[in-house]
Amino acid sequence: MIQLTINGKPAHFDGDPDMPLLWYLRDELALTGTKFGCGEGLCGACTVHINGAAARSCLTPMRVAAGKRITTIEGLSAAGDHPLQKAWEACNVPQCGYCQSGQIMQAAAMLKSKPHPTDHDIDSNMQGNICRCGTYQRIRQAIKMAAGVEA
Amino acid sequence: MTPAISPVVSNVSRRGFLGQIFSAGALVIAAPLVPKTKAAGTWQPSVYLGIEPDGTVKIVAHRSEMGTGCRTGLPMIVADELEADWARVQVIQALGDAKYGDQNTDGSCSVRNFYDKLRLAGATARTMLENAAASKWGVPAEECHGQNHFVVHAKTNRKLAYGELAALAATAKAPDASAIRLKNPDQFRYIGKDIPIVDLKPIVTGKAAFGIDARMPGMVYAAIERPPVMGATLKTCDDADAKQVKGVQQIVTLDLAKPPYGFKPLGGAAVIANNSWTALQGRKKLKVEWDLGEHAAYDSAAYKQAMLDTARQPGRVARETGNVDTEFAKGGKTMEASYYTPMLAHAAMEPLAAVAEFKDGKVVTWTCTQNPQAVQDTVARAVGIKKEDVTCHVTLLGGGFGRKSKPDYVAEAALLSKQVGKPVKIVWSREDDIHFDYFHSPAALYMKAAVDDKGHPTAWLQRSVFPPIAMQGNPNEQYGGFQLSMGWTDIPYPIPNLRVENGPAKAHVRIGWLRSVSNIYHAFGVQTFTDELEVAAGRDRVEYLLKLIGEPRVIDFSKEGMKGGRGDPKYPFDTARLRNVIEIAAQNSGWANKKAAPGRALGIAAHRSFLTYVAAVAEVEVHGGEIRIPRVDIAVDAGRVINPDRVKSQFEGAAVFGTSVALMGEITAKGGRIQQSNFDGYPVARMNEAPFETHVHIVTNDAAPAGVGEPGVPPIAPAICNAIFAATGKRIRELPIKGQLS
Repeated sequence: MIQLTINGKPAHFDGDPDMPLLWYLRDELALTGTKFGCGEGLCGACTVHINGAAARSCLTPMRVAAGKRITTIEGLSAAGDHPLQKAWEACNVPQCGYCQSGQIMQAAAMLKSKPHPTDHDIDSNMQGNICRCGTYQRIRQAIKMAAGVEA
Repeated sequence: MTPAISPVVSNVSRRGFLGQIFSAGALVIAAPLVPKTKAAGTWQPSVYLGIEPDGTVKIVAHRSEMGTGCRTGLPMIVADELEADWARVQVIQALGDAKYGDQNTDGSCSVRNFYDKLRLAGATARTMLENAAASKWGVPAEECHGQNHFVVHAKTNRKLAYGELAALAATAKAPDASAIRLKNPDQFRYIGKDIPIVDLKPIVTGKAAFGIDARMPGMVYAAIERPPVMGATLKTCDDADAKQVKGVQQIVTLDLAKPPYGFKPLGGAAVIANNSWTALQGRKKLKVEWDLGEHAAYDSAAYKQAMLDTARQPGRVARETGNVDTEFAKGGKTMEASYYTPMLAHAAMEPLAAVAEFKDGKVVTWTCTQNPQAVQDTVARAVGIKKEDVTCHVTLLGGGFGRKSKPDYVAEAALLSKQVGKPVKIVWSREDDIHFDYFHSPAALYMKAAVDDKGHPTAWLQRSVFPPIAMQGNPNEQYGGFQLSMGWTDIPYPIPNLRVENGPAKAHVRIGWLRSVSNIYHAFGVQTFTDELEVAAGRDRVEYLLKLIGEPRVIDFSKEGMKGGRGDPKYPFDTARLRNVIEIAAQNSGWANKKAAPGRALGIAAHRSFLTYVAAVAEVEVHGGEIRIPRVDIAVDAGRVINPDRVKSQFEGAAVFGTSVALMGEITAKGGRIQQSNFDGYPVARMNEAPFETHVHIVTNDAAPAGVGEPGVPPIAPAICNAIFAATGKRIRELPIKGQLS
């Protein structure tokens, strides 16, 4: 039996410990804000926080998630009012919206270590997250807005 | 406030759906959208809007939201003419149903084809509310005006809320369209204003529901091993190991699709399991042998060469004026070039997904589809029921780009549900998504021009070769057909001797449409060759491009040699508008002042597609084989725009999509199998590769609304490549650029 914490609540899993966290979140817990995009850690759509750090849930087996604190987009803020979520709304970032949970989770983790990111910081932290609609310009703008950095 | 789409539902009948939307006592208006004709069986498209007794206005979005903003933009049109308070509007996503008219959300036509109809629907409802108020007050209807959710009688300073009037309005017969007074554009409340999309909050909080998120109680999960080559047949399937995987419930086989492939599910061996991952694990354990069939000989490298050779041979003439052969034979200066663009995959971020339940001879499905009526058709045919017995709920789409118009994946879920007797969820892996795409076709282009002593063309020949979309209906079709009107036969240059041709190419994979379709390669050929002529003429390239387009005029292509050409009289090709966007893009990019420096330069391309005029200027920096795109300026004339911020976002996105086309996108086949599987082999532009900033300049225009989802894409790749030439002297004639600069 694997024990872990999801968005502050205890959770457990007794299936195949090789199953990636992504599918546990989506199929078992119906926490579908975390998205499947590639299954290979190539697109970032499945990004969650594990003990506060951004991680690709599609590459994280449940055995590795055991005992960890997992935060998903549903748990990023109580009322959907994380500074990034507010900035995302203010900048009208999403087009289709599919990748945006992963983008926001990636950016939220970055801002913990880089509260005032430069363009270079943003590029190097966000380049693992694909947006096929091409909202990168507004993602950058929203990150800067949330961080209070000159756009 | 629009509620998020909630696809965690079971046993939803169509009746139940309507019950969900409109509570008892609601005024439900079926506004006639086209003049009724007397002919029997005439299809009468209509759209529904409802006003609740509490004043809530429910507007049905009948087309699919894949990121273009139409789920917000179309209801804005209705709400505007209705004079509804946007804060009290709920947007309801339509089921697939022919009563709504065309729902296939592709071809950049949601606003274009429904603008007038939706205005009429909104205005009809407003008029009926005004009439109801007038009769209550005993005053002339002309004195009553709908205004922000109330009908107002200014003379007596009285007003009544829409909700209070709905019941009375419902008793009247809908007035004839001729009696409806539409707004003047200066009265628009929402049209032309920036309004956030209705799904914004659900998206940023992870609550928005896409097809992949849909669930039905008791559902099982499936992964299918499909034929690896088009037309391959199953020899043997050993499922013993797959059955041993804990959580795998059963293995079932699906009949293999036979040509013509259309939207048919491909078939294969399906693993049914208790979650997505287990289904995929089980599939890995299947031991399947295929007889690969005739398309196993498909090899992209040889195919490319064959297409380039074909493009050098005479083809079918699609448009001709004057005589290019006579002009070429005069012995003056000529220029010629061949171009090539590769096969592309859609690679929407959300892979294909559907959940479906077959029960009592009916199917209910929730899916990310651009085309819910095609879902009804395809599923009905696949499982052998009537179209009317397929209920298709449309979720949000995590991108579509044309792939999600083809519902093969939904039919898979329905077929499997019929076999296993439970709701079935199918999620394509990224590998499935790329291997079994309906690919954007590879294309070869041949261009030749004779030029006078000023470098101006006196004769122009262009020939394209690509396996056509029509292969879906006829696997032996080799000519472009309707695709030739996408940026090829509609070339706007008034050259006295002009011939447009198309050569044959047989498809060895399923071919489909991808965002802007044939305009991608046609614009690449025309706009790159134009740049080559400009350079040879030694002229400023913007000035030369404008001269080539010629004096402002409205083109009648039927008088300029287009075979079977028929334009839309509502949307004439007006070269003044094309010239205008070129001038705007050039001016805003600083074209006149930013002189090229080694490794840094601007490039321009202009193209009209989906009835929208677009010019793009790309600035590139090339250093040691690495390309950066610091800035793109795009000028757009799409006629009347509904939600300018969403139009801007479509063109910002098109600059990124076009960058992927230019820099890195390429799908190849060997032995009939697709060689790329995921975002490593098939990269798309990431943040650090995309244009750093894209400036979109929207021409304010009262012309009829045109497309915005696709037309931004075609000029991007040629603009980038023309900039690369200006920066480095290296002419890019084949896409992608990948590695060509090192």
